[in-house]
Amino acid sequence: MTKPQEIDVMEPVEQEFPKEKYDELESFINSLETTKGALIEILHKAQHIFGYLPRDVQLFIARKLGIPGAEVYGVVSFYSYFTTKPSGKHTISVCMGTACFVRGADKIVEKFKERLGIESNETTEDGLFTIKDVRCIGACGLAPVVMVDDKVYGRVKVEDVDDIINIYRRKGAEVCR
Amino acid sequence: MQIRSLEELNKIKQKSAGKIALRLHRDTTTTGKNILVCGGTGCHANESDKIIKILEALLKSRGMAEQVKVIRTGCFGFCEQGPIIKIEPDNVFYVRVGLKDAKAIVEEHIVNGRWVERLLYEDPQKKEKVNTQEEMTFYKKQLRVALRNCGLINPEDIYEYIAVGGYEALGKALTQMSRAEVIEIVKKSGLRGRGGGGFPTGLKWEITSKQEDEEKFIICNADEGDPGAFMDRSILEGDPHSVIEAMAIGAYAIGADKGIVYIRAEYPLAISRLTTALRQARELGVLGKGIFGTSFNFDVRLKYGAGAFVCGEETALINSCEGKRGEPNYKPPYPAEEGYWGHPTCVNNVETFANIPVIMTRGAEWFASIGTEKSKGTKVFALAGKINNVGLVEVPMGITFREIIFDIGGGIPHGKKFKAVQTGGPSGGVITEKGLDTPIDYDSLLEIGSMMGSGGMIVMDEDDNMVNIAKFYLEFTMDEACGRCVPGRIGTKRLFEMLHKITSGKATMADIDALKQLAYMVKDSSLCGLCQTAPNPVISTMKHFWHEYLAFVEDVDHPQGEGRYIPKNKIGLKS
Ligand SMILES: Cc1cc2nc3c(=O)[nH]c(=O)nc-3n(C[C@H](O)[C@H](O)[C@H](O)COP(=O)(O)O)c2cc1C
Ligand code: SF4
Ligand code: FES
Ligand code: FES
Repeated sequence: MTKPQEIDVMEPVEQEFPKEKYDELESFINSLETTKGALIEILHKAQHIFGYLPRDVQLFIARKLGIPGAEVYGVVSFYSYFTTKPSGKHTISVCMGTACFVRGADKIVEKFKERLGIESNETTEDGLFTIKDVRCIGACGLAPVVMVDDKVYGRVKVEDVDDIINIYRRKGAEVCR
Repeated sequence: MQIRSLEELNKIKQKSAGKIALRLHRDTTTTGKNILVCGGTGCHANESDKIIKILEALLKSRGMAEQVKVIRTGCFGFCEQGPIIKIEPDNVFYVRVGLKDAKAIVEEHIVNGRWVERLLYEDPQKKEKVNTQEEMTFYKKQLRVALRNCGLINPEDIYEYIAVGGYEALGKALTQMSRAEVIEIVKKSGLRGRGGGGFPTGLKWEITSKQEDEEKFIICNADEGDPGAFMDRSILEGDPHSVIEAMAIGAYAIGADKGIVYIRAEYPLAISRLTTALRQARELGVLGKGIFGTSFNFDVRLKYGAGAFVCGEETALINSCEGKRGEPNYKPPYPAEEGYWGHPTCVNNVETFANIPVIMTRGAEWFASIGTEKSKGTKVFALAGKINNVGLVEVPMGITFREIIFDIGGGIPHGKKFKAVQTGGPSGGVITEKGLDTPIDYDSLLEIGSMMGSGGMIVMDEDDNMVNIAKFYLEFTMDEACGRCVPGRIGTKRLFEMLHKITSGKATMADIDALKQLAYMVKDSSLCGLCQTAPNPVISTMKHFWHEYLAFVEDVDHPQGEGRYIPKNKIGLKS
């Protein structure tokens, strides 16, 4: 009854990372005065290096610190900043803080979801976009606010959504050429 | 060079005075000018950095770079009108400055001495241009104490901070005062914690100072989880040294030699400004070993949060600092008794700290003369939502909502009617027309069913449906509840589901009744402040906007069909 695909689900095939990335993480850990209480710091660094926190990286950290993998996973899953899935080339963060909400951020996020055919925290199939909800990026005066990577778009209207997507689609196409 | 005494600090102050003299209108002899450009998050997002580059290039090409300095400051507060540029000593305030306006500013204002009329702020009521900051209704009723240096100095230059009197309070405390005296001043000032609870800061310091332990800690809570509030980050971005100085004063008072700033990783600008400030403070020896030539040692490190609202709660914050899941603990023991790694730990909010150096230099009496009987000083509010002047406002306690919303905030845009204002973030409540004349302080807000919280103020107009607003907040708390206790984990989820059922028009009166009961149940039985206060928006909107709940179920009779359902207890009677 067990089909191979189901085993696949249990043991996800993960991207192989070059050894240098692990080396970078290891030397960061070695440079710490103490690893006591430093797990979150290490995870921040690891996410910075690898882009996300796949299982192998979590286990690597667990072994390195001599703590159970479950403890590492427990922390990773607690904080919304940590992600176990790779994200797309561009992250579209729609501010869902209260100030943006009352100025219509919910409609904007819906439009992005509809246009890209994905939900929040998902990545489009071509790997170009990931949608994320964020809470107040501190530019409430510009509400509703959308941030693509580090670029902030203020006073966004539903009609602007296509334009924003197209800017990055075009950028993507330029790179391919 | 390291500062070893108050005299040495004073020498540096005098040497640096020239840097800010133009801005304080103390220098009338030179022809130089300062162009202050807002570098706060809002204006930064509006390309204020690029404007700075263009200004600098233009000045350089005209050979004026020596005379006219471009300075990146913290937030001016009037973020709605950003990017903001102020020219000193002319005291001219330009708003909504775009990239192409940089040229006009240099050519017209700087070179020809003519003000760029179109960039001046226009008073929407009088339809007149206003050129100075002081004349704007937005600033008239404000009193900037915690924000005193935001929009005035360059946050990345410790010498500018010293020039406005920075680190004097620390020097005085260390060289002229005992620990008990420092605590006494803070107690006398009547300062209460600005992080939400309003606990007297001096008392917290005193309790921590009395604990017997070799090691103690002082922590600055810069988690700022309230969506729609941005005062803490603005202070850190605009005036990081005042927080560092205050932490050192607090550390001395309680007997700690290590400090931590717990800051969210999502605040890159605040982190970078703080990192720069810490480095400069160490270089000048106002952090480190033997500060001001005394035996007092103190240093601060940063710990990054990772996006969990509950981590703002102090016991959760401490767990997170220890590298664990940020789940709250039962209190007592309080962190002041048993905190970071089991040692006495004093946790204070950013804005609370920002008040300390002024209290030390200007005196407890001065501070206590501002505000109301039980809430002294000023409070910074993040005014946002359906309001004309979105921004950061700092006002004396005791001011009314009407003054903030209609005078400072400029009222509701597009001629709409004011409906309600939510204070205290997701855990607060709404205040309606009836509450507009309430003087704002910790106690009066509780009396009218809301709370101060961190100071978020979201204004709603007639178009907003209050059931939707309550649902929005519940979705937030449901997502953010850590799941450690059952009422918090399951209760918030059920509350959200019920609200969802109501707003999708599928609910009956029985559901509304159940919602009400569950709201009180979650409130009474949750472990920590997060879910204890999570039902507040529901309770508060039901109280004031009951008809909006009814509207969703208007035509639905009792499911059993015996006519209209009569609710078991009227909301608002039980509390
Ligand atoms: C759910 C929850 C979230 C909180 N978030 C914050 C926060 O973001 N920033 C903050 O300073 N205090 C926050 N607090 C209050 C802190 O627990 C604590 O009371 C405060 O940091 C003490 O500092 P103060 O006395 O200077 O206000 C929060 C409390 C709760 C229950
Ligand atoms: S009340 Fe909510 S946030 Fe607090 S411990 Fe319980 S579930 Fe966690
Ligand atoms: S609520 Fe969206 S930027 Fe503050
Ligand atoms: S960010 Fe520029 S005025 Fe607030």
